[in-house]
Amino acid sequence: MTDFLASTGYSGWILPALLALLVLGALVVWVHGIVTHSDDPAEQARAAQGARRITLAFFVAEFVLSVGLWWAFDPSTSAWQATVSVPWIDMWGSRFSVGIDGMSLMMVLLTTFTMPLAVLGGWTSVKTRVHAYHAMLLLLTVGMLGVFMALDLLFFYVMWELMLVPMYVIIGVWGGERRIYASVKFFIYTFLGSLLMLVAVVYLGIKAGDPVTGTPNFSYDAIISTVQHSPTAALWLFGAFFMAFAVKVPIFPFHTWLPDAHVEAPTAGSVVLAALMLKLGTFGFLRFAMPLFPGAAMDPAVRMTIITLAVIGVIYGSLVALVQPDFKKLVAYSSVAHLGMAVLGIFALTRESVQGAMMVMLSHGLSTGGLFLLIGMIYERRHTRLFSDYGGIAKVMPIYGTLLTVITLASIGLPGTSGFIAEFFVLIGAFKTVPWMTFVATIGVILGAAYMLWAIQRILYNPLDKRENEEMKDLNWREIGLMTPIIIAILWLGLYPRPILTRMEASTTRFVQQVEAGSSPSATAAVPGGR
Amino acid sequence: MPLNLAYPGELSLAILPELVLFGGAMLLALWSAWKPESASHQRSVGLAGLVLTLVTAALVIVFAMRGYTADTGPIAIDAFRWAADLILLLSAAIALAMGVEYNARHGIFAAESHVLVLFATGGMMILAAARDLMVVFLAFELMSIAVYVLAGTNRRNERSAEAALKYFLLGAFAAGFLLYGIALVYGATGTTNIELIGERIVSEGLGDSRMLLAGMAMLLIGFAFKISAVPFHMWAPDVYEGSPTPIAAYMAAGVKAGAFAVLMRIWIEAFPDAFLDWHYAVWWLAAITMVIGNVIALQQRNVKRMLAYSSIAHSGYLLVALAAGTPAGSSAFLFYLVSYTLATMGAFAVVSVAGRDGGEALTMDSLAGLWKASPWLAGAMAVFMLALLGFPIFGGMGFFAKWYIIQSALQSPSPQTRLVVVLVLASVISAGYYLHVVMVMFMKDRRDDLPAPARMGGLNRFVIGAAAVIILIIGIFPDALATFTRDSAVPAGGAAAQVRMSSASTSR
Repeated sequence: MTDFLASTGYSGWILPALLALLVLGALVVWVHGIVTHSDDPAEQARAAQGARRITLAFFVAEFVLSVGLWWAFDPSTSAWQATVSVPWIDMWGSRFSVGIDGMSLMMVLLTTFTMPLAVLGGWTSVKTRVHAYHAMLLLLTVGMLGVFMALDLLFFYVMWELMLVPMYVIIGVWGGERRIYASVKFFIYTFLGSLLMLVAVVYLGIKAGDPVTGTPNFSYDAIISTVQHSPTAALWLFGAFFMAFAVKVPIFPFHTWLPDAHVEAPTAGSVVLAALMLKLGTFGFLRFAMPLFPGAAMDPAVRMTIITLAVIGVIYGSLVALVQPDFKKLVAYSSVAHLGMAVLGIFALTRESVQGAMMVMLSHGLSTGGLFLLIGMIYERRHTRLFSDYGGIAKVMPIYGTLLTVITLASIGLPGTSGFIAEFFVLIGAFKTVPWMTFVATIGVILGAAYMLWAIQRILYNPLDKRENEEMKDLNWREIGLMTPIIIAILWLGLYPRPILTRMEASTTRFVQQVEAGSSPSATAAVPGGR
Repeated sequence: MPLNLAYPGELSLAILPELVLFGGAMLLALWSAWKPESASHQRSVGLAGLVLTLVTAALVIVFAMRGYTADTGPIAIDAFRWAADLILLLSAAIALAMGVEYNARHGIFAAESHVLVLFATGGMMILAAARDLMVVFLAFELMSIAVYVLAGTNRRNERSAEAALKYFLLGAFAAGFLLYGIALVYGATGTTNIELIGERIVSEGLGDSRMLLAGMAMLLIGFAFKISAVPFHMWAPDVYEGSPTPIAAYMAAGVKAGAFAVLMRIWIEAFPDAFLDWHYAVWWLAAITMVIGNVIALQQRNVKRMLAYSSIAHSGYLLVALAAGTPAGSSAFLFYLVSYTLATMGAFAVVSVAGRDGGEALTMDSLAGLWKASPWLAGAMAVFMLALLGFPIFGGMGFFAKWYIIQSALQSPSPQTRLVVVLVLASVISAGYYLHVVMVMFMKDRRDDLPAPARMGGLNRFVIGAAAVIILIIGIFPDALATFTRDSAVPAGGAAAQVRMSSASTSR
């Protein structure tokens, strides 16, 4: 396989091709929408079906293309791979520069893996303006992949903001009852967080720039290896990046946009938000906020504050999830808890905990994505998400019951599923550096089991006492088909995570060393940056 | 090729584009009075005016490529002037194209309205070229008087008359400030030539002259009226609301651009060495303008008033480029102006056709569900709103415009970090109302009694489409325009100019 890929020069074109394919897809869907425009409902339905198929085809092609990265990636090195760099805006010293390391490899694959499933998940629920909806999904994915690959801070920022508008429109146009409120809240929160980062990005670019001509330089490597900050400046800059990522993760108390956005978004929107977009925040810490400003991030006061907030998030998210009457809201709050665990792992800064944080990101992507898809399926049948309207569903929908149980067990971290590996790694890693906080976070894991099990009990196992529920049809082939890959991935991550861990190991180790070296006071002059 | 402006022949060569524009405008004025008022006559005069702006723009491009220069004199011949001219002519062309169709729809048959746009544009072009405070004042009045009349072109509408009167009274007041400021600066430095002022401030150590300080303050107030910076902005919303929409767009973009261009030149060429004197005044003016403009815009439910407050807020962003006090600031200003002109005028163009029966969309509600009724119009409006918000890709070059301003402010010898933070926080506030428009168009249902927008004319369609497409394309490939604006910066004045000249003479 590796030889075959090398013979096509795979690494030389794959990353730009992944972005270009999606842009092309969005254009094709858009043009298809214009060409097939008609007032006849039957024609409209046919055109809509066409849009779904085109989008699915593009996303499947995207996944097939990206899978080659698995083999083309060399796990022995932490250097950037598959890099492509062409001039973009010479005058501002910005290049279209992309590349991946082990961490971004996994995030790219998670994205390309999830998107076709998200499209299938919204196959029948989105009925109006279908073309625009799918074009937005395609553009949204461009932004996410762009952030994971970007090696130029200006390009990164553009991609980071690019995601905002499609998501805003997806929530606001195809969402639930309070969609407008939720979409505006989502936009303003994220925009506020990221604009301060814009100032920090410009500042860094100017600092790394050519002192004679004044041309800035936004290359990640150049910035990390040349720019020196005073502790105060580093703290402010870290703060600006922190705000952007903390809102995205979200870290308590910046999380209040999340329940609204998740609940009001259509199924595919919730899947993308929970499975992928939240990870952009944690990924931002791993790629940008901490390596760029190790001194500020590892300042004891800053670090403990963030870890405390993360642990509060774990406990608070779990407790609030426990009392939710609405299944979707419960899962939304559970995301706050899980991502708190990931942040704990990142800031605990041991090799195990960082590996664990990456595993939490992957595992949460799979399990929460799966949960939102499953919620979407019963919502389409009954148009309610309240626990009190369900009960005994397992009797009428046995396949659904099985799938929901498996995904739930993955979410609470039963051994043998991805969730176990993830939380286990975070906890043993973090215990070395922040034992008390880790102890408190462990309580969150127990609470997690409580709210998830209680939730599926109320949905699946209580007496079947509502007549409407007796009529519910079990899953059809499309729905089974779209859940199968998720189940397989969850079990694979849980039973044999080694190939994944090896691919990430070099990058996570480098991350830990880089941050440790940069934060130790004696070594401020010799930041091991230039890769 | 250096021109000696002491010779009348070479002086008139230096202002040939303006002369062509004025000459053409006078002929058009005669022609427009030749026939009785009618829709078709109004249309042909407007189209002829459009052709005249394009001819002038071509001439400007030729002059820019010929590479004329002039060392001293009342008229500047440099890249900044040509770049500013092109932007001013762009706004004039858009205003004329919009006006031809708008006037026909609203029964404004006075063909002179188009001629007045041309006169005002000529005034602005001289403003951009002025290198002498007397020329500045003349050009300022030439521009203003034409625009006072334009604000009242819709004679049947009493709001239009109110707008004209209000604008005239406050404008006259501002002109008084300006003239007094010029007199004081002359008193302090003994010259009205902008370049000489800069040199004398250095050579005679006028950095803390009280008279100079007072003169600068008066000048700043005079300009602040025209660019509607807070707290001198009160007239803008009323005037924009009352004026015919194309004229409001022209005032928001062109008039502001003209006043700003000369403000940039005076401040960068004449006062760079008095930086500490004026810096805090401009700093606070910028900060207050950004915050107040955006906060009040949030509450507007009339689209034209909302755009008026938005244009006030954008004056604040442009003042950040001025506060940088460097030639790079003037490059950022030019780049910003292209984006702002296209987005603001495009938005006004959409407003002028998107309402009931192809009329104006005056309230936010009349934009509701525009996506269903007219998807292209809604898409273009979304682009304009996001460009004004400064959003990447979807807002196209609006993002890079803000980016350039932030960069120039941070690259200044005294980095304006705090002002930049105010700028981005103010941008977050502006998301509230720009997104509101997007939300109303895309997420609200259209009221049943609201008919689809009428088919608009070809000119309007071209203006809206071209503006949106240019914004999007430059939003992906900004390098060419950024390089062009960098090379069109205002030449640094004062001590920097002396250093530049002495190094040039030693190298010779």
